Order: sequence, then C-alpha cells, then structure tokens
Amino acid sequence: MKNMTLKLLIWRQKDANSPGEMVPYTVENVSPHMSFLEMLDVLNEKIIKEGGDPIEFDNDCREGICGMCSLVINGIPHGTQHRTATCQLHMRHFKDGDTITIEPFRAKPFPVIKDLAVDRSAFDRIIAKGGYISVNTGSAPDANSIPISKEAADLAMDAAECIGCGACVAACPNASAALFVGAKISQYTFLPQGKPEAKRRALRMIEQMDAEGFGNCSNHGECEAVCPKEISILNIARMRREFLKAAIR
Amino acid sequence: MASKPYDTTFLTTVGKKIVMAITGLFLVIFVVEHMLGNLFFLVGADAYNEYSHKLLSLGPLLWAIEIVLLAAFVFHAFYGISITLYNKSARPEKYKQLRSAGKPSRKTISSTTMIYTGLILLIFLVIHLKSFKYGTYYSTVVNGVEMRDLHRLMVEKFSTPLYTFGYVAVMILLGFHLRHGFWSAFQSLGANHPRYSAGIYTLGVFIAIILAIGFVAVPLWIYFTQ
Repeated sequence: MKNMTLKLLIWRQKDANSPGEMVPYTVENVSPHMSFLEMLDVLNEKIIKEGGDPIEFDNDCREGICGMCSLVINGIPHGTQHRTATCQLHMRHFKDGDTITIEPFRAKPFPVIKDLAVDRSAFDRIIAKGGYISVNTGSAPDANSIPISKEAADLAMDAAECIGCGACVAACPNASAALFVGAKISQYTFLPQGKPEAKRRALRMIEQMDAEGFGNCSNHGECEAVCPKEISILNIARMRREFLKAAIR
Repeated sequence: MASKPYDTTFLTTVGKKIVMAITGLFLVIFVVEHMLGNLFFLVGADAYNEYSHKLLSLGPLLWAIEIVLLAAFVFHAFYGISITLYNKSARPEKYKQLRSAGKPSRKTISSTTMIYTGLILLIFLVIHLKSFKYGTYYSTVVNGVEMRDLHRLMVEKFSTPLYTFGYVAVMILLGFHLRHGFWSAFQSLGANHPRYSAGIYTLGVFIAIILAIGFVAVPLWIYFTQ
C-alpha cells in the first residue's frame, strides 16, 4: 500500500473559556500501517517544526485498554471501525485524498481543556461514589475462598470490560452516561462481594451521574454501537433494576 | 439518599424514565382498547352505539379510569417535555458532524422524533376530545333504549377530507411513537434480557403497525364508502 495524503478538519480551542473552530490541515506521507494517533503525531511534528502550537489530544497506552484516547472521527466516537478505540484504528481504513473531521467528545460534563482533550473527571467522581467494594486490608485473602460460578464471573467481566473512555456519552444524542454507570454498577451485581453495598452503590452513583449534568437515557442504543468494549445496553436495564430494588424499600 | 427531606426517586434521570415507562405502557393498553372499540363501527351502526353506551353506563368506574388516564397523559407529557429540554442542555456545544454508528444501535427516525410525535399527539388529543367526547350530542334509539348516536357523529366528521386525512396522518405518527416507545418502556423498567429483548422489540413494531392500521381503517372506510 502506498503512503497517503489526507485533509484534516480539526477542532482547535485555546482553552476551556475560548471559543473554538474547525481548522483545516494537510498531512502528507501517511503510512497505512500507522494508527490514527501516530498520524496525528506526524502532523504535530510538522506543526512544531513550523513553529506552531501542536494539537492537544489525549492518549496513553495506545493498546486499546486504558480508555484515555477519545476523538469523534467523521462523526463517530473512536471512528467508523466498530469495537476499537481510536488508538487501534489504523490509517488503512482511509483512502488517499480523504477529508477527515476530528472533534472532541462533546458533553456539558466533559468540558474541553484544549483542542481535542476533554476533562472526563466526572466519571472519576461517579466511581468515587460507589464504584468499588469495601474490604479490610491485611494479608491477601485466599483467591478461592468465595466460590463464584463461571457464568457469574463471565457476566461480571462483560460489564467490567468498560475502560471508561466516555465514547458512550459522546455518541449519545442526549449526552447520557447511562452505559458507563450501568456497566460500573452491573459488574458487582453478579459477585457476592458486591452485595453488601449494592443499594447504596446504585443510588449514590446515579445521584452523582445526575449531579454532573449528564442527560437522560432515551434508549437509542448509540452507546453500545460505539463502545470499544461492546458493553451491552442490557447493563443499562440492569442498572435500572438495581435502582428500583434500592429505591423501593 | 436518606438526608433528603423528600423522596427524590422519581426526580432522578433513571426515575423519570420509569415514570415515562409506566404511564406509557398504561396508555398503550388504552389505545389498544380504543382501537378495538372503534372496529365495532365496521360491524354496524347499532353495534357501535351499543358499545359506546355500555362504556358510558359504567358510571363511576369509567370516571375512575378517566382520572387515571388523564394523570397518565399529564405525567407522560410533562416528563417527556422536561426530559427533552434537559437533554438539550446536556450538550451545549453541538457537533459539526455526528452520525449513527449503525448496529447494534436502535436509533431510528422513531427514536429521535419522540418529542415531535408526542407533541402532535398531545395537540391531537385536545382536538379529538373536543370533536367526539365533548362533540355534538345526537341521540338514537337501539332496541328501545335511548343512547348517544356516536355513529352519526363519526360519519359526519370523517366525511370531510381535512379531518379524515389529518386523523390518518396523526395515527401514522402514533405508530412511529410506539415503535420506539413500546420496547423503550421495557428497557426503562429494566425489563431487558438477551432471551426476550428481541421479542419485545419485534412486538413493539407489530403493535405500532397494527394500531396504525386499526385506527386509520374506520375513517378511511367512512370517507370512501359513506
């Protein structure tokens, strides 16, 4: 495959309080084997060489497991390839001469820090309200002292796969965080360790989700379609069951 | 939580959707009953008038049902409007480009237009009650019993093209509203499971189509044959 030349339309915004705009760029010599973020690295090197301000974007592991990368690429969070985070999207999925629009994840609780980087600490505050189990510290307990069935472990893991990237919020027409919170509540519902704090967890995490200003879930299901970990909206239904169980006492 | 002086369960984003779901499903039961009742028109004038007379003669029971229905409509509409306005505020800066990621998304024209189809249905409801429930009172005698001649009022209303085709259009929009609304209500109540969700979704589409057809059948039949 030959190297490509691409036209990019990228959201540039100086800081949280400045208005932003879409700025056109041309990036040459893009190898089809590059990841999307490597392509942006190439563009940033060029910008830095020319004395410009490089484009700010979030990234960390670049292995698809940390949940740090974001970006809305051509109108879809994490791009058009299903089940992948932006860092795992490769340039071979684009054609020479393509125009690619790149925007940040947009939601009131995800304010832009600079350019394409947004502040997703709203998710951390939700987790702090109950996305954990309380255990006594000390020597490590025996791994198999509490038997857990294979089915329960699998279902818990399906929910626990969530890497908290926020693509669900970005894709939702209402900027709802229902899939994220649904996954984080669901993962404990299958495990005995999650039971003692189940009610408090559901109520407090949902309360915090609302306090952050995320929208209501209208059951469009766009979140599941963009989720790099294929978290199912069944987890949203499960969150609602947990909420009902906790609210009706 | 416990520190609140009042119960906030139904003020949360999850709780509001539970109210939407319960009232919505109640309204679905109502429209199914209404549609089946309308079909008595096709049986004959006396059958139709007798059916409506039986309903009216329920007295206090009918009032009780009407009060619950009114409450369901009010809560469903109020919460629907407030949820939509809130959702708009959750993304103040719009995307320049945002499109559907495709399956397994269930975003459709139905799901994105719920507020518009809902508002049209609300306006329709007012006109509809004014035309029929509180419309002209004709009386007739069936089997020696004096009763309201709703059959005559129906024929009168559905002989004008504007009323007939306006009604037909709104009923098609009702179908769109239910196509998303039915399965969405189950999902909002947490009633979703890999074994049943596909069935509930299909049932929603089926109910939407059957209701739309059932409701447009009588007006069109009147318009083209009477």
